[in-house]
Amino acid sequence: MVRKAAIVGGNRIPFARSNSAYAQASNQDMLTATLDGLVARFGLQGAQLGEVVAGAVLKHARDFNLTRESVLGSKLSATTPAYDVQQACGTGLEAAILVANKIALGQIESGIAGGVDTTSDAPLAVGDDLRRVLIGLNNARTVQDRLKALAKIRPGQLVPEIPRNAEPRTGLAMGDHAAITAKEWRIGRAEQDELAVRSHANMAAAYDRGFFDHLVTPYLGLARDNNLRPDSSLEKLATLEPVFGKGDPDATMTAGNSTPLTDGASAVLLASDEWAAEHGLPVLAHLVDAQTAAVDYVHGGEGLLMAPVYAMPVMLARQGLTLQDFDFYEIHEAFASTVLATLKAWEDDAFCKDKLGLDAALGSIDRSKLNVNGSSLAAGHPFAATGGRIVAQLSKQLHEAGPGKRGLISICAAGGQGVVAILES
Amino acid sequence: MSDWYRDFANSGFGTTITKQLGLPRPAVLRRHEPGQPLLPGPAVVGSAGEGRLRDALTQLLQAEGVHVQSPVTADGATDGEKPAAVLLDATGVRSPADLASAHDFLSPAVKRLRATGRVLILADPPSDADSPAQAAARQALDGLVRSIAKELRGGSTANLIYVPAGAETALASPVRFFLSGRSAYVDGQVVTLSAAEVPGDEDGDKPLAGKVAVVTGAARGIGAAIAKVMARDGAHVVAVDVPAAGDSLAAVANQIGGTALQLDITADDAPQRLIDHLRERHGGVDIVVHNAGITRDKLLVNMDAARWNSVMAVNLQAQLDITEALLDAEGVLKDGARIVCVSSQSGIAGNRGQTNYAASKAGVIGMVRAWAPRFAERNATINAVAPGFIVTEMTAKMPFGTREIGSRINSLQQGGLPVDVAETIAWLAQPGSAGVNGQTVRVCGQSMLGA
Repeated sequence: MVRKAAIVGGNRIPFARSNSAYAQASNQDMLTATLDGLVARFGLQGAQLGEVVAGAVLKHARDFNLTRESVLGSKLSATTPAYDVQQACGTGLEAAILVANKIALGQIESGIAGGVDTTSDAPLAVGDDLRRVLIGLNNARTVQDRLKALAKIRPGQLVPEIPRNAEPRTGLAMGDHAAITAKEWRIGRAEQDELAVRSHANMAAAYDRGFFDHLVTPYLGLARDNNLRPDSSLEKLATLEPVFGKGDPDATMTAGNSTPLTDGASAVLLASDEWAAEHGLPVLAHLVDAQTAAVDYVHGGEGLLMAPVYAMPVMLARQGLTLQDFDFYEIHEAFASTVLATLKAWEDDAFCKDKLGLDAALGSIDRSKLNVNGSSLAAGHPFAATGGRIVAQLSKQLHEAGPGKRGLISICAAGGQGVVAILES
Repeated sequence: MSDWYRDFANSGFGTTITKQLGLPRPAVLRRHEPGQPLLPGPAVVGSAGEGRLRDALTQLLQAEGVHVQSPVTADGATDGEKPAAVLLDATGVRSPADLASAHDFLSPAVKRLRATGRVLILADPPSDADSPAQAAARQALDGLVRSIAKELRGGSTANLIYVPAGAETALASPVRFFLSGRSAYVDGQVVTLSAAEVPGDEDGDKPLAGKVAVVTGAARGIGAAIAKVMARDGAHVVAVDVPAAGDSLAAVANQIGGTALQLDITADDAPQRLIDHLRERHGGVDIVVHNAGITRDKLLVNMDAARWNSVMAVNLQAQLDITEALLDAEGVLKDGARIVCVSSQSGIAGNRGQTNYAASKAGVIGMVRAWAPRFAERNATINAVAPGFIVTEMTAKMPFGTREIGSRINSLQQGGLPVDVAETIAWLAQPGSAGVNGQTVRVCGQSMLGA
């Protein structure tokens, strides 16, 4: 039996720039608060759901069972099972796909998909050298052995390893990877800044019309994303110096058209139609299909964040749809240049033929349907929380537009991966 | 937020001191606990003239398990322990001369009333009187009750219910309320019933079972208390507050097993969004409590338009708009619906620095009175409660002197609690309260302000 999972609704806390409002909050704190906000919105106190699936990209060792621990700390029934997933920035959407698939198979009737990340409360690890010394110390049985073990410590080992937003295999920051792709696709500075301004304006307008009243619950004194700049303008953004692709005189990517490090959490409630009806809950949309892809950005010559470009035609072909058959597009704004390079690749005949193996380009989209309520450039991007934000936001937008409307999600992720999905109201 | 003075006055040493110095001795009030008997002792029922309610009252009390005593006889003989309630059926009063029998019954009975007792008088409304003499006698009871309320000590209260012909069937719920701990801080009040179709027996412990109740301003203070009491009484509560208060709103909803709805009730599309939500999630609504309110205090001469307008928008216009929209929306407001609007003592007495607030809260009183007939057509009701000095986080921030005086200038010599307002609202929301419509019930311990 295969049925389409329903998206009932979502909740997130406002996203906060790194080391600001949530500097003292842990991943578990934020995820638990987010689950409780969802529980309050849908009256799930004491409810046993099929499964809660969530994850974090930056994770402390103690958070090995992060989602389950968050469930135990929440108002959900303690008999709700949970597990963690991690697919970099694809985590949140991947979690939703996992929950939806189990619902589609009839294995569960309801579930929550979520994600959380903090770059403020990031885990610090000791270096491998010091770690080996300390393990040796722990294993030592005699005083002599312990002293011997301690004698191996060198001052240089005492500097902790700070997690970096860099690819392990290339050592390049994600932004620097994106800068390479931007240059390759000749993405201009002005169009990136325009996209950023539109993201801020769209999201500010959505807040003002109460769109987020049913999607966001305030947390630690924050009621809106504190990265949001409603008064952002092309003039202001034009003054910023490039921060990625340094050394290149034509570098285009600035702090204004790239997402900042962000803290936050999101959650989406999914269910079978029957479960939703039994509980008097609405169905905003259904998750129709999803696809992941990966590219070889290390040796294969493809851009780090270009995997969604490859995932898309596979999913469209399976659904018999064209890129133009959608009412709304949610393309995650890791960087403005990523969104623009993605669109440009789909418009490019040669690329679509050579790289994607298509007969012709997927074509262009109506840009007025893109990220209509703002995206990551405005909200910020707590890695694993972005997918849940997008799924809930798009579902509500589709529901408002009426039945039979289609929405497309595209999210790029570290490691050269990408996740795309189709929602339909 | 504890009442230090009340606690002191009720301590061993404090009792001695306050008695010797003749200081006020605020009592610990009798408040409702689920499962508690209606009264902590027997009741005595008397009548002035040939009334029509005495038997009904006796039956009602007996059905609640209350032992009904005989009135004190002329020679002072009684049949046992002190009564917890004194009820007078004064529907037989035809002229001022008949009031003597009211005095004859009440004087010895009230003397024996135990602490946290209740005096409840039932009479025909003066407006229905056949003659000026009859109207005078009925109106006289108003003054009588208000004075008894001021004389009572030990947390006892006195209230008056006007029962017009045809409204006898609506009597049970109001009588139960005024005798119970739910009315702990309602004192010296007059409620006029109207004839109404009263549904059959309801679950005593869960009178709101199966009902969907919207409470605005539910994130904190009195609104959170209303939500809690409604949920305790069996209702599913849709807790509404502004998005900025969403985290405390979610906490309230989760505590009571309700749901949170973040909504700015002053937004243009707020009534529609509320209606859509109620239709989609609950198939309609049984109870709406318009509690959300704000203050923006300034003397009139210094008050800018923003202060005036924002207070009016939240406290009055939103109540009007949402109620109107609910009335117009097909099938949303259920038959027998209950609307309860929160007014204020300031709306009755006025308050320096609160021209905007007092105007908005007085407006609420006019609104419920005007709407009552239209609601009656649907077996529904609309009422207001007017809280007096209620101890909240807001009053805790008042200067000591202002707070102490504000909380003592009432017959119960103490501030009320949010739960006292909530209990009164939950009572008005009961199906059995069908005969209470268009009324404003003060929850003020018989405040001296605006009395």
